[in-house]
Amino acid sequence: MDYETVIGLEVHVQLSTESKIFSSASAAFGGDPNTHIDPLTFGLPGSLPVLNRKVAESAILLGLALNCEIRKFNRFARKHYFYPDLPKGYQISQYDEPICEHGRLKISTENVERVIGVTRIHMEEDAGKNIHDARTRSSLIDLNRAGVPLLEVVSEPDLRSPAEAGSYLKTLRQIVRYLGISDGNMEEGSLRCDANISLRPKGQLKFGTRTEVKNINSFKFVERALNYEIARQLSILKGGGQVIQETRLFDSANGSTHAMRSKEESADYRYFPDPDLPPLIVEESWIEKVRAGMPQLPEQLMEKLHSELGLSEYDAAVLTSEKEDVEYFLACYKVCRNAKASSNWVTSELFGLLKKEGLSITESPIAAADLGELIRLIDDGTISGKMAKELFEEAFSTSRSPKEIMEERGLQQISDEGELQAVIAEVLEANPGQLAEYLGGKEKLKGFFVGQIMKATKGSANPKKVTELLDRELNTRKSGDPQ
Amino acid sequence: MDRHLPLTTLIEQLGKREISSVELTEQYLSSAKNRSELGVFLSLNEEEALKAARQADQDGGPSEEMPLRGIPFAIKDIFTTSSGVTSCASQFLKDYRSPFTATSVQRLLNAGAFSLGKTNLDEFAMGSSNENSSFFPVRNPWDEKRVPGGSSGGSGAAIAARLAPVALGTDTGGSIRQPASLCGITGLKPTYGRISRYGLIAFASSLDQPGPMAVSAKDCALIGRLMAGKDENDSTSVDRPVSRWEEPLENICEGLRIGVPKEYFIDGISSAVGERVEAGIQELEKRGAQRVEISLPHTEYAVATYYVVASAEASSNLARFDGIRYGTRAQETEGLMELYTKSRSEGFGPEVKRRIMMGTYVLSSGYYDAYYLKAQKVRTLIQQDFQKAFADKCDVIACPTTPHTAFPIGEKSDDPLQMYLEDIFTIPASLAGVPAISLPCGFDENHLPIGLQLIGPAWEEHRILSVAQAFQDETDWHLQAPPHTPSKAA
Repeated sequence: MDYETVIGLEVHVQLSTESKIFSSASAAFGGDPNTHIDPLTFGLPGSLPVLNRKVAESAILLGLALNCEIRKFNRFARKHYFYPDLPKGYQISQYDEPICEHGRLKISTENVERVIGVTRIHMEEDAGKNIHDARTRSSLIDLNRAGVPLLEVVSEPDLRSPAEAGSYLKTLRQIVRYLGISDGNMEEGSLRCDANISLRPKGQLKFGTRTEVKNINSFKFVERALNYEIARQLSILKGGGQVIQETRLFDSANGSTHAMRSKEESADYRYFPDPDLPPLIVEESWIEKVRAGMPQLPEQLMEKLHSELGLSEYDAAVLTSEKEDVEYFLACYKVCRNAKASSNWVTSELFGLLKKEGLSITESPIAAADLGELIRLIDDGTISGKMAKELFEEAFSTSRSPKEIMEERGLQQISDEGELQAVIAEVLEANPGQLAEYLGGKEKLKGFFVGQIMKATKGSANPKKVTELLDRELNTRKSGDPQ
Repeated sequence: MDRHLPLTTLIEQLGKREISSVELTEQYLSSAKNRSELGVFLSLNEEEALKAARQADQDGGPSEEMPLRGIPFAIKDIFTTSSGVTSCASQFLKDYRSPFTATSVQRLLNAGAFSLGKTNLDEFAMGSSNENSSFFPVRNPWDEKRVPGGSSGGSGAAIAARLAPVALGTDTGGSIRQPASLCGITGLKPTYGRISRYGLIAFASSLDQPGPMAVSAKDCALIGRLMAGKDENDSTSVDRPVSRWEEPLENICEGLRIGVPKEYFIDGISSAVGERVEAGIQELEKRGAQRVEISLPHTEYAVATYYVVASAEASSNLARFDGIRYGTRAQETEGLMELYTKSRSEGFGPEVKRRIMMGTYVLSSGYYDAYYLKAQKVRTLIQQDFQKAFADKCDVIACPTTPHTAFPIGEKSDDPLQMYLEDIFTIPASLAGVPAISLPCGFDENHLPIGLQLIGPAWEEHRILSVAQAFQDETDWHLQAPPHTPSKAA
């Protein structure tokens, strides 16, 4: 029997706000243990939560980007469990009234587009971290992360393969980065993913029994963990067994999953509305304000690059995969107005050198406007492509503007017709023998003259212009022959 | 000087330099020490208080900017203070020091007042008799064999015995009004959201409200309005204007419609309570008020509703006391679960455990709808009872604060249900979030004080305080101190 895979993802997006979701303590990543704390983060008696409205704004922004309905009347709920990294003994989250619902996300997997349902997005606080020190046999707690804002994005069980799950996650990451609400860094835990996965006989409508795989904390592990789990469930089902509904932990060391707790053991979180936080009312005017400030999303920019600027779909996709890349491209294009050249320079020359030096595009030694200027200089014939490449490399290694280097070295191409005509005349004058041979029919000597002209101008003559003017001069001599 | 006088009178005397802050503070401190058998204070702030008093005398007395300069006050030990221990009368926090001071306390400090010490209470404010303090009970200054009420029993007894001119309490289901009634003093529970809860160690967040306890309604008015107003640290505090409550609204009693709810005058209340409250209402009628019979039909469900809601919130609020970061941690434990269970078993007293268990139960999956959700619906009905009464029938409601006067220590401690019923008349206003005040209106046959409760619509503290001040202009019940209070000569 053939089986179909059904996957739904729960993604935790850590927001990059300055302060925590319910207090003014810093929400920055890292820091010495227990330095980003205050009475609330520490769960001290008498402390109270106060909502950071930036968090709600980020939730609305993501909700709009994912075509969600935004809830007007929001409540926070307490989710109870005891764990040392949870200082209050409960996590403030949202329960049956999430801020965003009924959204969708378009993904493309191996050139096949699909729309994945987004069930809900809700706001909640992160927990701290427990660190177990084997040497001293002690457990240490760092509460820097406790209270850092999270958005939990829950998808419908619409994903049908690990590859689709991967592209869903990548697309979501791309969007949160475009929106500027999270750095989407999976390795630092800014993006965390739990997967619900089940198999069902092809053609069957009813879902099979699912397992939840937790602790998938790197992009490269998403497909690996899901493939492992599919194989595991498949062998149970093919052997006539039944999958048990349970939570399983992914172990990145050996790429397997193992049982953590069964449904029966699942905790009763005793959710109830948090009486410390009044309902959050999201007015239509607030939503409109957020919508007005929404940056362009990858899908829109791809469309613009392809349809308006004439780039290939492939180039448009490459340039829009990261927000910073397309921003760089657009800034470069703005100066030179040559989309194709901008795309080529950014994706080949610039990406190549950045990769070699291990730099990100925001650390590029060449500013986007300077690269645009360089392209403009090629296009108006001031420099040759070859010179441009040299200037680019030098500018990259010295962090100077290419134009500045060009001017300093006097590297401008000679395109002035009068000047070039004089040089051509000189060269022909100096090589009467070759000229005679040429006029006698040995036309490949034209290359010799070009070489002499370039030599005489120390390579700065505009080769296109040289060829053009030389042809004209030689033709004149051939037909008219004044001598 | 006479430390028996109301706070506002002492402020006047301080202002005229008739008395000094040092003199006043020394008197309160020495009487606090002389009356240690009452169990009022958990800690005294002697040195700092005297230092502050000396400074206040130097700086000049109270002023418009510093209306409380030179005034010492007592603080229920449920408010965090950055100096000294904040214990909540719990073994769990017996050595706990807070890094910050509660907003309500800070506002009084900013007005020039200073702390005399922290007063005893039922552990985490859970109780109606103060017998649930995990250190020692508080005794009622009118009869030391009797309870002072609770949970703000230490603050109530402190005022009754004149060990402080004003004390802070907190009221969740009656914890200011019930001890005020049993101790023969005045106590105000403001509208929920009026005074910041920041730094108030939470029992039931949707009900807890700080408030003043003092000799007179005018005292409560001054202290209450100085603490009132929006606090950025408490999202449930409300930004509404606060008028000068200590200046009573003129001719407040003329044409005032006093609602008398029939559900509050039932067989279960003692005859003396019924009679004295009735006489109190007549006193207001003499001043031009009109008596209106009203009904608050859902009153009988209030106690049950309260114990579901308050316990649910308490079970959640007290989850943070896990022995991990601060407070009592059980020693010699194996593993995390044992650390939790032993720390909490050792740290909490029986009443706190009972409420945590009740609260955990009513929030559990499968029971949530039947208990917590149902209770929330009934709470809404109780709120609507008050809204309707105030919209259609009356301007204030008058009723007894408690069904009985102070009962003997130990009498109800084995019967939680009987104990819970002591709050039957205070709980409805808490559930509705409306302001209420208890003021002395006489004594029973054992010369134990009886309290008259006035309840107003939300945000109308000024109205009920004005009525209370009008009542106290005509009566002197509030000026009577327990006969066995050591005389000022002592």
